Amino acid sequence: MAIYLFADTQVLVQGITGNQGSFHTRQMVSYGTRIVAGVSPGKGGQNFDGIPVYHTVAAAVIDQRIDASILFIPAPFAKDAAFEAIDAGIKILVLLPEHIPIHDALAIMAFAKSRGTTVVGPNTFGVVSSGKCKIGIMPNQFFLPGNIGVVSRSGTLCYEIVGNLTACGYGTSTVVGLGGDRVVGLNFIDVLKELEKDQQTEAIVMVGEIGGSAEEEAAEFIKTNLTKPVIAYLAGKSAPPGKRMGHAGAIIERGKGTFEGKVKALEAAGVSVAQLPFQVPGMLDEALKK
Amino acid sequence: MKLYEYMGKELLARYGIPVPEGGVAATPEEAAALTEKIGSIVLKAQILSGKRGKAGGIGFTDNHAEASRFSANLLGSELNGYQVDAVLVEKKLQIDREFYLAITVDGAARKPIILASAQGGMDIEDVPEEELVKITLDVTIGMQPFVTREVTRRLGVTDALAKQIADILSKLYRLFVEMDAELVEINPLVISGEMVIAADAKITIDDDALFRQPALPLVEERTAAEKKAHELGLSYVELDGDIAVMANGAGITMATLDLIQYYGGAAANFLDAGGGAGVEQTAKALELLLSKNPKAILINIFGGITRCDDVAKAFAYVKQNSGIPVPVVIRLVGTNEDKGREILLDVGIDAYKLMHEAAQKAVEIAKGA
Repeated sequence: MAIYLFADTQVLVQGITGNQGSFHTRQMVSYGTRIVAGVSPGKGGQNFDGIPVYHTVAAAVIDQRIDASILFIPAPFAKDAAFEAIDAGIKILVLLPEHIPIHDALAIMAFAKSRGTTVVGPNTFGVVSSGKCKIGIMPNQFFLPGNIGVVSRSGTLCYEIVGNLTACGYGTSTVVGLGGDRVVGLNFIDVLKELEKDQQTEAIVMVGEIGGSAEEEAAEFIKTNLTKPVIAYLAGKSAPPGKRMGHAGAIIERGKGTFEGKVKALEAAGVSVAQLPFQVPGMLDEALKK
Repeated sequence: MKLYEYMGKELLARYGIPVPEGGVAATPEEAAALTEKIGSIVLKAQILSGKRGKAGGIGFTDNHAEASRFSANLLGSELNGYQVDAVLVEKKLQIDREFYLAITVDGAARKPIILASAQGGMDIEDVPEEELVKITLDVTIGMQPFVTREVTRRLGVTDALAKQIADILSKLYRLFVEMDAELVEINPLVISGEMVIAADAKITIDDDALFRQPALPLVEERTAAEKKAHELGLSYVELDGDIAVMANGAGITMATLDLIQYYGGAAANFLDAGGGAGVEQTAKALELLLSKNPKAILINIFGGITRCDDVAKAFAYVKQNSGIPVPVVIRLVGTNEDKGREILLDVGIDAYKLMHEAAQKAVEIAKGA
């Protein structure tokens, strides 16, 4: 089955005519994603590779059934575009942009919650149900269908892990990028809950990093709610405290969010934690043999 | 962006929150003049670090000559790793009680959160959990009177004092939102007779929102190399080791550093060249790495948006034009990988496919050097 995205999911691209928007729209289409509309203020009535372009999201939803939207919008304008999509009743919103002000992210999350919209990100590479629907910027060739669910806080590191899985013959059910910011929509627990229910998924790989408490909270949840095997890899073991390692969320502050604390919490919940990225497939072999 | 205490207090005052009488001094003469005007004062070194008292950065006096001597010692010196460029001279407060008051972002709850305690003055990490009031806020309604009533009830304060703290909380929340702050912290919030006064101010502004806060002074916490990287749009952090690292993406860069440590080496930096780095940006990143005189360079590229041939071209360009005096290990996979490998072979580099093999090799080279 996969989670969140399916073969018939209809997708809107906000900012479809921009540099990134147009490039990745073509990538998503070539992956098989059903992009049914684009929005680009001032360019309503045009089309992009045959995809109709609308002036506003409200105009797009009159013509098309839209299940999900992805934003290729510069960070300073992302709040308005996100509000626009949520207000138009779109139920899944993928917030790609990095550097969205944190107060804007807080406002987006509050509004989304009041309207029942699921937000992925910000600062995410997106979501892909392998072989069915990809909403994001991940390289197509590594995301082949299979029975491993993956949930990650970081992008390229997730590609690295999924690349290793693919090379070892493991395909993926759904891969979710949570995003590297301090305030994000979906969290580990939300995704773990869905992957546990999903019949296609047999095992789960979590890719985390230092900072925040998301991994610790996930560990608590796993302890009592998950029956499927979970393998984790965490980045940032060598990071010094107080230094922000690229992601806004990846910083050890006041002794919290350390690598050791996260490993301890996960192992106590029965999660196998890989020392190195390339060890993940071997650990899956072990877990699935049982 | 962290603000110095004196900047934080200027903001608090602008929002109507009482702060002690005082001023900032960049010379001993200025400090002496302020002391003469105010009388009994506290003099505090202005650095972006806590624990100033323990490091000798805070002093009390009512003598202007002593204020001058003390600030002459502090100014230009280094405290907790930071250079002191200014001191804050303030009226010494009569302290009856100390509270802690802060608003920050609770990432897990996706909401702002009030943190308050009747045990102020000490490091908030040392306040026992049961002494800490934590209340998350719904941004759609903001700081309502019922919230401040609940905070003061749980702090165990009543009457005029409760009213003043509630008023400060409302003003503090307005500042938090309007100034795009990630953290506003008053520790201690001092009860001095009938007055409630912010005796310290720790404010951090969201870097991603600086574009809409043009009135704020910019505070530079970065080293020269970090500043240069920031201007180039690269995410860069200096570390203590001797293997320079460049990768694309924050997570994979962190994982690369971890691998270097795993094999017994030490990274000289964190450098995330970002997704979609072009030839020019990559070339500049390489020059930055070389400026730190590393023993080896490790480049780890998993091409998604980033194209392997762009990275290879940039590398070849820098190598041919300015030369690269240290050994380089490159791992290259993903978009346009074959093209990239060919370009590298032409300049004598056989790129690795696996990141752990590349990391191991870089550590070997650095150790042998």
